[in-house]
Amino acid sequence: MMIHSFHGGIHPPENKHFTNRIPFKYLSVPQKCYIPLQQHIGKPATPIVEVGQFVEEGQLIGQANGLISANVHATVPGKVIEIAEYHTPYSEHGLCVVIEAEGSFSTSGKIREKNDITPMDKSTLLEKVKAAGIVGLGGAAFPTAVKLNPPANRTIDTLIINGSECEPYLTVDDMLMQTHPEEIIEGIHISMKILGVSKAFIGVEKNKALAIKALQNAVTNTKSEGISVVPLRTRYPQGAEKQLIYTITGREVPSGGLPMDVNVVVQNVGTIYAIREAVLFDKPLIERYITVTGKIVKKPGNYKVRFGTRVIDILEECGGLTENPGKIIMGGPMCGLALNHMDIPIVKGTSGILFLAKDEVEVNSFRACIRCGRCVSVCPMNLLPCDLGNAVEKQRYDIAEKLHPFDCIMCGSCSYVCPSKRPLSHFIKVVQTVLSAKR
Amino acid sequence: MEIKDADRKRLLEDLVLSHAPHIRDTQSVPLVMWLVVLALLPATIFSCYIYGLYVALVIAVSIISALISESIMQYLLKKPITINDGSAAITGLLLAMNLPPHVPLWIPAIGSAFSIIIAKQLFGGLGYNIFNPALAGRAFLLASWPVEMTTLWHTFPGGYVITQHPVFDPSMPQQLVDSISGATPLGALKEGPKVLHELSLTTAPLYDFLFSKAMIKSLFIGNIGGCIGETSALLLLVGALLLLWKRIITWHIPVSYIATVALIMGIYYYFQGIHQLHYAVLFHIFSGGLILGAFYMATDMVTSPVTKSGMIIFGIGCGILASVIRLWGGYPEGVSYSILLMNAVTPLIDRLTKPKVFGVR
Repeated sequence: MMIHSFHGGIHPPENKHFTNRIPFKYLSVPQKCYIPLQQHIGKPATPIVEVGQFVEEGQLIGQANGLISANVHATVPGKVIEIAEYHTPYSEHGLCVVIEAEGSFSTSGKIREKNDITPMDKSTLLEKVKAAGIVGLGGAAFPTAVKLNPPANRTIDTLIINGSECEPYLTVDDMLMQTHPEEIIEGIHISMKILGVSKAFIGVEKNKALAIKALQNAVTNTKSEGISVVPLRTRYPQGAEKQLIYTITGREVPSGGLPMDVNVVVQNVGTIYAIREAVLFDKPLIERYITVTGKIVKKPGNYKVRFGTRVIDILEECGGLTENPGKIIMGGPMCGLALNHMDIPIVKGTSGILFLAKDEVEVNSFRACIRCGRCVSVCPMNLLPCDLGNAVEKQRYDIAEKLHPFDCIMCGSCSYVCPSKRPLSHFIKVVQTVLSAKR
Repeated sequence: MEIKDADRKRLLEDLVLSHAPHIRDTQSVPLVMWLVVLALLPATIFSCYIYGLYVALVIAVSIISALISESIMQYLLKKPITINDGSAAITGLLLAMNLPPHVPLWIPAIGSAFSIIIAKQLFGGLGYNIFNPALAGRAFLLASWPVEMTTLWHTFPGGYVITQHPVFDPSMPQQLVDSISGATPLGALKEGPKVLHELSLTTAPLYDFLFSKAMIKSLFIGNIGGCIGETSALLLLVGALLLLWKRIITWHIPVSYIATVALIMGIYYYFQGIHQLHYAVLFHIFSGGLILGAFYMATDMVTSPVTKSGMIIFGIGCGILASVIRLWGGYPEGVSYSILLMNAVTPLIDRLTKPKVFGVR
């Protein structure tokens, strides 16, 4: 198979060694779970429980509202003590269902019986994915059932599984592929059945040799046809959807378009695993694996965490920090969100929590652009980040508008390489925000 | 482990909030600038060795003048003073490298001041200048004090300028020897044919002398006459390797620049019918300021295009202009003017070479 090479990209220090050999561990369930009703792109779910009500583990507490939305389930059994606004990764005032853990876990730790999917048709399978509230676990958190059910005027011929995990520090996908390769293959077969495709590619960066080996063995052992493991050059942002599709198929997702416009659906490996759980065991999405990492974390690792667990609870479980953090990041260091406190809950799209030490955080002021062109040479979308940045500084949004700001995928490569330390991707975000407001 | 409320507060004390990405490459503007200075160091030291310690004085005056001018201008314009970012130091160093070794010290003083005040700070400072400040300074000096800028070459023992140990063929006309032994190699190439024309002789003896193995060796090692920075092609290339390795510069401009000069010279001398064609091409590559200009001045980030294709166009343009000036212009050397002229069209090149955005047809 031909591997296409996307333009640009960077090689930041990987820093995956902190956690990439540490097997998954369960974190104990917190006493209180703050479960946001919005953990996905689209409309928040509508709460269907009341304060004072007892809920079981996995019980539906938020009903998907409209086409682009997702169900939300109780991640712990217990009593709903509050339905109120809290700071969530999506909003300063995100509506959360707060559950105080109580009672017994109805499903966890029990022997499970596999559903037989042979008689199930596409709509039954889709219904299970939808009911489980599955969203993209790679970070974007787009409702998966919507992605798996493209409109009738689009034909899908290829499923791509994103196992590239190009963000530095993060190792959950790597660990999942290392430890659960056959489950992933099973999930891929289910997704292929839903989409009606015969071809699936699993893209994995070459720095995850164990994962590649495990998946290749799983493909052989399960005698899976149509599924191939594609080792990819280690380069950020290899896992960006458009770049991944281009690398594997040579197809360019048109500007403003979606993968389905080039007959492709991309799913993260974690999502694939969740699809399997939902279809085979009717298990709603109430937990996920996250990487808790950074050189100042006493017990870094890959942990299974219930949604609604707050960062502070996780930190306690990980033994705390060796020194005060300079930055707390939800997600990876390239695309993640900097937090200003630790009462924020983990949501479906959270892939990790990174604690950076003070000496790892730069607080330099930036200089003028020296037009070195590094941002241009690393931009995977072939934009001119320097010109966009200069236009924003002069508040010339008319100039910026012509430089394709909405094609920016916010990978941050331009900011990373800028020797003048200009916050270029932030500038582009400003253009996007200003222009969107005008429209 | 349980974290107490008081500790929770303390944990948040030093938090920084900013937009992603949260990690940055280690390279910064000052690091880039000082690495360029470091790369120029071997050639600079060699110049001091071959032309004498007075050269060090010229360089020092040039750099100090640049630093003082930068501080004064930034003070007057109420900007932060950034002389430690290395950019003014480079301008001073590069300007000095474009001067004859025995210029009076007021020349580098005035030249650097012009470079920084007029060509850099009045345009808005680092990042906003259109022309390479060092080259703008040199052009200003050349226009204002042409005699000082074109005659004060170093004289090697024996009264030679052209190289340290020129070996003239005994059959060479004495008028030609007299004329070219006191000129730089490129000066000799420009003036020699005129002398021969007066004597109604062909250019063969001149070409035999200049386009020879001995001459190429001198040019490459650097025991030749010329500007301070025009001595050792070898040591300039060593520094250039450092810049390429550290990815401060890319190959696009220097390679397209030098290749264009090589191509044009190859074609020109081919039609001149000379037999030592490869030496003629090498003579043009290693003589004058081509190596210095192609690797250290044309690659100036601020004044060259941002895209790779733009850089190649820029390099080809420089190569054509430098060759045309060398072959048909009034000056023996055309490197600085070629770069200055291409600096002027850089915004145009940038506009013409906008990359095709991914997914846009």
